[in-house]
Amino acid sequence: MSEKKQSVQLGSFKELGIFFAFLIILAVLMILSPNAFARPANLINILKQASINGILATGMMYVIISGGIDLSVGSIVALSGVIAASFAHPGEYPLIVPIVLAAVVGALVGLANGIGVAYGNIPPFIVTLGSMTIVRGIALIAANGQPVFNVTKQFERISGGFVFNTIPNLVVYFIVVTLVLAFVLTRTVFGRRVYAIGGNETAAKVSGINVEQIKLAVYTLCGFLAGIAGLLLASRIISGNPTSGQAYELDAIAAVIIGGVSMSGGAGKWYGTVIGALMIAVISNGLDILNVSSHFQLVIKGLIIVVAVLMDIKGKAGR
Amino acid sequence: MVSDDVLQMNRIDKSFFGVKILDSVTFQVRRGEVHALVGENGAGKSSLMKILMGIYTSDRGEIILDGQRVAFHHPREAIAHGVSMIHQELMPVMDMEVAENIFLGREIAARQAGLLGLVNKKEQRLQTAKLFAKMGISIDPKRLMRSLSVAQMQLVEIVKALSLSAKVVIMDEPTSAITDKEVDTLFDQIAKLKAQGVAIIYISHKIDEIFKIADRITVLRDGQLIATEDAASLNKDRLITMMVGREIKEFYPKETVQPGEVVLQVKELSQKGKFHDISFSVRRGEIVGIAGLVGAGRSELVECIFGITRPTSGAVLLDGKKASIRHPKDAIRSRMALVTEDRKLTGLNLKASVEHNISLVGIQSLSKYGIINTRKEAAVTEEYIRRMRIKVFSRKSMVNALSGGNQQKVVLSKWLLTEPEIIILDEPTRGIDVGAKRDIYLFMGELAKAGKAILMISSEIPELMGLSDRILVMAAGRLAGELERKDFSQENIMRLASKFEANKDE
Repeated sequence: MSEKKQSVQLGSFKELGIFFAFLIILAVLMILSPNAFARPANLINILKQASINGILATGMMYVIISGGIDLSVGSIVALSGVIAASFAHPGEYPLIVPIVLAAVVGALVGLANGIGVAYGNIPPFIVTLGSMTIVRGIALIAANGQPVFNVTKQFERISGGFVFNTIPNLVVYFIVVTLVLAFVLTRTVFGRRVYAIGGNETAAKVSGINVEQIKLAVYTLCGFLAGIAGLLLASRIISGNPTSGQAYELDAIAAVIIGGVSMSGGAGKWYGTVIGALMIAVISNGLDILNVSSHFQLVIKGLIIVVAVLMDIKGKAGR
Repeated sequence: MVSDDVLQMNRIDKSFFGVKILDSVTFQVRRGEVHALVGENGAGKSSLMKILMGIYTSDRGEIILDGQRVAFHHPREAIAHGVSMIHQELMPVMDMEVAENIFLGREIAARQAGLLGLVNKKEQRLQTAKLFAKMGISIDPKRLMRSLSVAQMQLVEIVKALSLSAKVVIMDEPTSAITDKEVDTLFDQIAKLKAQGVAIIYISHKIDEIFKIADRITVLRDGQLIATEDAASLNKDRLITMMVGREIKEFYPKETVQPGEVVLQVKELSQKGKFHDISFSVRRGEIVGIAGLVGAGRSELVECIFGITRPTSGAVLLDGKKASIRHPKDAIRSRMALVTEDRKLTGLNLKASVEHNISLVGIQSLSKYGIINTRKEAAVTEEYIRRMRIKVFSRKSMVNALSGGNQQKVVLSKWLLTEPEIIILDEPTRGIDVGAKRDIYLFMGELAKAGKAILMISSEIPELMGLSDRILVMAAGRLAGELERKDFSQENIMRLASKFEANKDE
């Protein structure tokens, strides 16, 4: 009995541990740089910087909880950005067209990934490694290797605008996506099944779950969110760049892992992923402000990922 | 005075997080005896053995091995001193061959070249073959571990432990996955070891087996030593009373139920290479047992009925109508439930809570428009925890922290939540303690009484005879015969189970 109690406590301590680590980093940066880092404008800026990765990480979280991985999201960001920008030239199509197209393109790539994983029985790493390369190629072909400029003001305002003149639109999207998908993950039958197939695929099948269907849905969702992220990025940089989104998949995976989601699937909390995404943004922003070179930033980011996973493993071993 | 005891564990104390797991337990094992260590799950058997093996350290007490005081800090120290353990949960390297597994960690290398020494696979295979021959086991040392049945893997593990030339061998539920015939082989081996003066600590939940093999029996309950007695001076009822601390009137509660109409009918069902031409039917209120050796195709048959695999020919009829079951979800829709053989592999999501495991199959009935009514889910879960007497700290506890018996009750709960009419149980009491077994038997009786049809696979013949109305016996993928309650006997079942022995490998 006592061992059971202990494991419950350890579990919640571990989640809190990530939260505390985040608060400590935040506090340290605020003390080191009270005038620049701690300014409200900068804190909002951090949220803005976290938002695109946060949206990608939310999709990635679903995939990782289901027991998979998606390496193609960075390439999807580029492709959907290029497609969106191409349909956003002034005087051509209404604004809804690039928005829908970006989302559909992302979802289709995700669907293809899902088919490969669920019905082709190819390991997710391989399927999405392939599509990562293919989709990057398609983005370069579609854009003729050049960024797509000349987009409408409206298109620019998708990411560039503000709500109540203070909160950047991007932050609002991030919050909406997070809340909706947190609800889906924790409160719906679908969400429960995502955990179930990641936790024990065979048991899930025996329990009557259509494992293939769930996988298909998860990869499609992840692709869809990557499509949205691509749209948002294109709007933010006012162009569709076929070389954008490089290594975005790694930042998304990092956010999920820092947030305590198990790489082997079946376990993890949505708010962990939010903290993971915020943590990455806070560290980049804080180190920028402290004039730490970007080269050092990479080293620090990498260390944090490893430490986060170490905590995850220690947490499990402590049972 | 030279003691006859090869091992003495004196006044061992162990606490975890302030709770006493072992309270001044004294356990003494003589040279050349089979000493059964029994008790319900949580009684402290495993903790005591883990202290002996150096996995845990005791808080107090001493261990004397061969007259010398020892304290191991790692299993390899224990092994070096001649104490080895065959774990219940097998840990073979699946992608290595049998011989490599036997010599894992002490490979026969060509020369003394440390880690760089080339492994002499040929010699290892030869040595393995010798060990197997000595024990009358016919497994090719070259085969991949993965290609073996669970029973065969267990035998390999046993051979491995024995080849370490031990003074004391701990066997933790060694027969939980092997057939009666293989049990006989194992018991022959144990007899040989005894003759060589090796002491065997035998942990098992199977009471009949304990009386067959043990010289002395030590009973633990709630971390305390209840007694150590000669097996000959004990009987089954007294032993169970000592283990559970209360009298159990009748171990196999059998309710008399008037069977109703046929609900499940299997007609000439075949699956290539697995089972052939199986026909039988189950009525409401009936408990039908399926007996057979491991590899007889029993699990494959029920998995096929449940839609996990497809038959090559034949049909399954539900309420007299041909059913099209192509996936477990079809079976579930037809009000069937399957408690699979291996709860950890195919029954539970070990990364989820008790609550999420219980609600997994019946989640649709707890939700509206795909959104789960968590209040209802919590209420239903609490109800099952109470009804099934699942010992758990909270419904949110992780299921992997539970004992085998409680885990099995979680699996049962998740299926009962779907209100099935046909319940298939594959080895429902494997590796669980007496109290939980008894609980599960009682539930089966209740279900039968409520008009459910129950099909149960078991390798424990007394259990089958105690609970079933009829027993189907399978052998080598075929139905070897069917026995009515009046014809139940160990001999009749074994005779049928070995009917097609001639054309079976191994």
